[in-house]
Amino acid sequence: MSFYDLIWLVPLFPLAGALINGLVTHQLGLKKSVANIVALIGSGLALIWGWAAVLQWYFTEDHTVSYVVKVFSWISGGDLPLLSGGTAPLEVAASYQVDPTSAVMVCFVTLVGFLIHLYSVGYMHSESDKAYSRYFSYLNLFMFAMLTLVLGSNLLVLFVGWEGVGLCSYLLIGFYYEKEWCASAGMKAFIVNRIGDFGFLLAIFFTFGWFGTLEFSELFAVLSQHHGDALVGAATIIGVLLFIGAIGKSAQIPLFVWLPDAMAGPTPVSALIHAATMVTAGVYMVARCNFFYQLSPNAMLVVAVIGGVTAIFAATIGLTQNDIKKVLAYSTVSQLGYMFLAAGVGAYIAAIFHVVTHAFFKACLFLGSGSVIHACGGEQDMRKMGGLKKYMPKTYWTFLIATIAIAGIPPLAGFVSKDAILAKAFEAGYTDLNGFGGAYYGLWILGLCGAALTAFYMFRLVFMTFDGAFRGGEEAEHHLHESPWTMTLPLQVLAFGSVIGGLLIGFPGILFHKENWNFIEGFMGPMILGAHGHGAAHAGGHAVSFGLEWALVGLSVTVAAAGILVAYRWYKTDPEFSIPNAMAERFPFAYKLLLNKYWVDELYDATIIRGTIGLARFCWEFDARVVDGVVNGTRHVTVGTSFLSGIFDLKVIDGIVNLIGTINQTASRYFRRLQVGFTQGYAMVMVFGAALLLAVFFISF
Amino acid sequence: MITATHYLALSLVMFTLGLIGVMVRRNFITVLMSLELIFNAVNLNLIAFSFRLGDLSGQILAIFVITVAAAEAAIGLGLIIALTRLKDTVILDDANEMRS
Amino acid sequence: METQYAYLLNLICFVPLVGALFIVFFLDKENSRAIKMTATVVAGLDFVLSLPLWFLYKTDGAEFQFVTKLDWIPSVGVQYFFGVDGFSVLLILLTTLLGLIAVYSSFTAIAHREKEYYVFLLLLQVGMLGVFCSLDFILFYVFWEVMLVPMYFLIGVWGGPRKLYAAIKFFLFTLVGSVLMLIGILALYFYNSDGMAAIGLPGLGNAPTFSIPSLYEIAPQVPPELQFWIFLAFFVGFAIKVPMFPFHTWLPDAHVEAPTAGSVILAGVLLKMGTYGFIRLSLPLLPDATIKAVGWIGWLSIVAIIYGALVAMAQKDMKKLVAYSSVSHMGFITLGMFALNEAGLRGSILQMLNHGISTGALFLLVGLIYERRHNRMISEYGGIAKVMPIYAMFFLVITLSSIGLPTLNGFIGEFLILIGAFAHKWWWALFATSGIVLGAGYMLWMYQRVFFGELSNEKNKGLKDLNLREQWTIIPLIILAFWIGLYPKPFLDRMAPTVDRVMERVATARPEAALPMVVHVSAVDQHEEHDEAATEHGE
Repeated sequence: MSFYDLIWLVPLFPLAGALINGLVTHQLGLKKSVANIVALIGSGLALIWGWAAVLQWYFTEDHTVSYVVKVFSWISGGDLPLLSGGTAPLEVAASYQVDPTSAVMVCFVTLVGFLIHLYSVGYMHSESDKAYSRYFSYLNLFMFAMLTLVLGSNLLVLFVGWEGVGLCSYLLIGFYYEKEWCASAGMKAFIVNRIGDFGFLLAIFFTFGWFGTLEFSELFAVLSQHHGDALVGAATIIGVLLFIGAIGKSAQIPLFVWLPDAMAGPTPVSALIHAATMVTAGVYMVARCNFFYQLSPNAMLVVAVIGGVTAIFAATIGLTQNDIKKVLAYSTVSQLGYMFLAAGVGAYIAAIFHVVTHAFFKACLFLGSGSVIHACGGEQDMRKMGGLKKYMPKTYWTFLIATIAIAGIPPLAGFVSKDAILAKAFEAGYTDLNGFGGAYYGLWILGLCGAALTAFYMFRLVFMTFDGAFRGGEEAEHHLHESPWTMTLPLQVLAFGSVIGGLLIGFPGILFHKENWNFIEGFMGPMILGAHGHGAAHAGGHAVSFGLEWALVGLSVTVAAAGILVAYRWYKTDPEFSIPNAMAERFPFAYKLLLNKYWVDELYDATIIRGTIGLARFCWEFDARVVDGVVNGTRHVTVGTSFLSGIFDLKVIDGIVNLIGTINQTASRYFRRLQVGFTQGYAMVMVFGAALLLAVFFISF
Repeated sequence: MITATHYLALSLVMFTLGLIGVMVRRNFITVLMSLELIFNAVNLNLIAFSFRLGDLSGQILAIFVITVAAAEAAIGLGLIIALTRLKDTVILDDANEMRS
Repeated sequence: METQYAYLLNLICFVPLVGALFIVFFLDKENSRAIKMTATVVAGLDFVLSLPLWFLYKTDGAEFQFVTKLDWIPSVGVQYFFGVDGFSVLLILLTTLLGLIAVYSSFTAIAHREKEYYVFLLLLQVGMLGVFCSLDFILFYVFWEVMLVPMYFLIGVWGGPRKLYAAIKFFLFTLVGSVLMLIGILALYFYNSDGMAAIGLPGLGNAPTFSIPSLYEIAPQVPPELQFWIFLAFFVGFAIKVPMFPFHTWLPDAHVEAPTAGSVILAGVLLKMGTYGFIRLSLPLLPDATIKAVGWIGWLSIVAIIYGALVAMAQKDMKKLVAYSSVSHMGFITLGMFALNEAGLRGSILQMLNHGISTGALFLLVGLIYERRHNRMISEYGGIAKVMPIYAMFFLVITLSSIGLPTLNGFIGEFLILIGAFAHKWWWALFATSGIVLGAGYMLWMYQRVFFGELSNEKNKGLKDLNLREQWTIIPLIILAFWIGLYPKPFLDRMAPTVDRVMERVATARPEAALPMVVHVSAVDQHEEHDEAATEHGE
């Protein structure tokens, strides 16, 4: 037995933690320290076991193929006819797999997850015991679901995790359920995700309908054997449907509306679920199912376009937001757009790479913002912050590092991964990938603009929050303090990861003629289906000349620097923010458009939500009036006819019966007079009768 | 010579008086006495025929009738007492409970 | 046919009857404690008695098991014929469990005429169990009607303000259906025996019998036109019971007016009668007509799914919302059934259990809050998660089970149904899957309005959380929900022989039994080889 044979223990540890905290600690109302221990042991064991399993697997097994561990047979649905004719048995096992893709995900999910558990100990300490254990129960449950998602060896187990993280997201966004808007945000997240799941489920059906299996390794094998165009149509349909699921989970246009609202949850939750892990599940799924996209140029283009457009769209909204978490939320949406852009140009590894680095710096940013909010007593509006640098230096420095990373300044993690994406996008345009070169060039330019905007709004955030003078009033200033070590330690670890993570796991070897130094490309390469049925991915590729590569690097650094510079001029050197205010007055429509997030929420509210509720009301009226009306109409007709026949019965049939009765009654009324009841009277009658008889007797004789 | 016919005539008169008494009198006691009169008319009749035919069974029957009449009188008087207690009356018309 | 342990079925079916008679004759109506105890003990005993079926049922045998077969009216071939297969075993277990829960949950909810109430509950159980055990048409019909009367009284006596309207509507609707069903039964019977000269119905001349397994044998010989008419008669009878759109309007009324336990039994078991009838009778007896009817029944089911969900969304009364959600869920069940493939049928049968568990639990939960506040309007509540945390947790689990969250029971059923529907016609799955989205919508919206937000209504501030007895009415259902969600294999194994038999019967009407194999075969073979290679070191 080895660690990786028991890989299913990795999700099971947090699940056990969730159950203990939920059913024992919470119900008995035990102290916070108990919940702490249980939750930290749960996620800590997952961390240890996960890393141990991955490392042991890496060094003992062939890490170019998937290592599948079947836990038990889950669903068996008998033989099913396939779309291609023939039948296949529907047997789905609860099975986990270790392969490069899931190994990368497991490592960073358990690490970030554990750090955020640790952070939460400090952040949530002011909650009541009950709420505290509830929180940790949900958080551990989330770890279980997320690890199931990344470790699942078939689409259905992935879907279990997919829905599980959605549920935990629902529960944690609505953690402060007494607040109406928190609960609404949770529900919104769940239902928007369900719309995505609609696509995902259909994709599962189509996958089984065409290929008769849901196992990733089997699908990979089938599709890599296939040449020609036979399965392109199938791959396109499945790819697009899967991507609908990813759009919902990873908050892309048009289903991104839930993510900013999801900031209603506690800040560590935003960091873990809505920045580092859950929202990247869509990217993971697209990378995991790359074999469909690789066969289908159209599906790839859809992914790339949605990703690229979302990247810039969300970045523009991020420019004007004043809520510190909202800015980060839109930044997350935008960064997720980059990841999909990467997936859409066939750079799935770059997408996963960005997932990992993004997890570090964005988690660090969210946790930093949580630290800030904590210090400011729950205030989230950046206009009421400022000058926090001197009160909370650790938070400031880690936050700044993460900001530099996300802005794309070399050699930090964000630069490495984002530049890899932009380079791939450019390369896709340059090599005229799938004949859509023009579109990819356009997307590259969008991505470049997005990078500038990212640098701008992130530094705007830093300057508004940490520089200048505090704008939150005397009393609030009095409470400013640095956070406890459980909160700053994760910040430091994550900041450290943001610095070295990029170079460590994804060294841009192509810039130095050292392609094999890029660990993640080499590691995950075998997981990517060659574009036209070749076995392995085109590792790196030399489509773009060496000089051009460096030029691209220079360009993206310049762009990022320009963004930072503008932010510096507007928000650092000018404490009154007069330039941005002037801009807002100069272009009121554009400003309002961005401030109100393009009125997308309002648009959906007016069309989809009201439309559905209207339709529901209509159906209800229809049911009550028409369908039930027919039933009641039948009733009235029946009652009416029976009333008429009742009258007939009463008057005619009953009349005859009564007539006979009446005759008898009348007759008896006369006869009863004879019965007087006096014995003497009867005797008299008797004597007269006898006399009469005698008289008759004598007369007749 | 007093013949059986005379006895029969007397008996007829007594019977008729008794019958009329039973039919028309309203006093329960009178009715009872009229009833006795009828009995005695019958007895007289029986004895007259017994004497005329020289057969003793008629006289035996007469003694039997007297016995029955005694019982009847006892029951009748009992009824009268019961009626008196119940209704405080001996008038037959007042006992009209069953009249509809 | 297996006759071992045959006495079990008879015991299970008639123990509640004995219990009911005992209460009628030996218990004083003032002695409510003894009545409750007796009813609970009888229902509990019945549940315990039904447990051996789970273990003794042999999953490898396609035959009916635990068979009792006695002559009843030999001159016309009516028999006392009991026997079960995996499908009915599952439903019997569901019935006895819900019967116990129904009795147990009524302790405080029912305050007047307790004696009659428990007697009717037990009698209802006799009817339901009898239907699931009977393998003779007349016996089946008798039990079918026996169910009707106690339910009528349960709604009509212990119901809400419009109880009489609801009870009569329920009774008439169902009676119309069952009479039509009887006509169908008779037509089949006469066709099997001597025919009926008066209406020009020819006969096969077999010995007259009402035995369902015997009639299975002659099913392929029934001419299509006759099959159509019998199918139609059966269809109306079962569709009313299910209820399928547009015969569903009795359901919300009956549910809203019925007492909690009545709703639980109604949703949990009575609605299953219709789908049970379809699978036990319509599909295997009338395969030709079934295949021809698949198209429009599929559409009716899809309409029911979406329409039921939309109407549920517009409801202001919790119980009515759950009732309409039943319409939507039952649509899934009929859809899976008429996909006529193994996955669909398995999903359909599993979903019958799931619906019994989830919706039964939902009605229980709504009943619990109704008992406290005597109000079911959603707008009356809000924020009660704060005062009733355990209740909120239970409600959440059941809500999630109802909307088909993986690892809970609803998902397995819905997934199998949808993939079965997909395999039949892919656009069926397209429409039906949207029902899942809507389902999440209306359930979570209700959950949010009731449990989240501020605790604004003064009357809710003093609400007490569930006591131990109330918790134990829900906990078994939650355990079952997780069991089916995590490890449905035992359930699927038990229903497999039934599904196979139905498929086999249906296949008799399919001339193109052997489907051509195309393109894909070679690829499948190859990847299986590859799969073996990849997982070799997994041992």
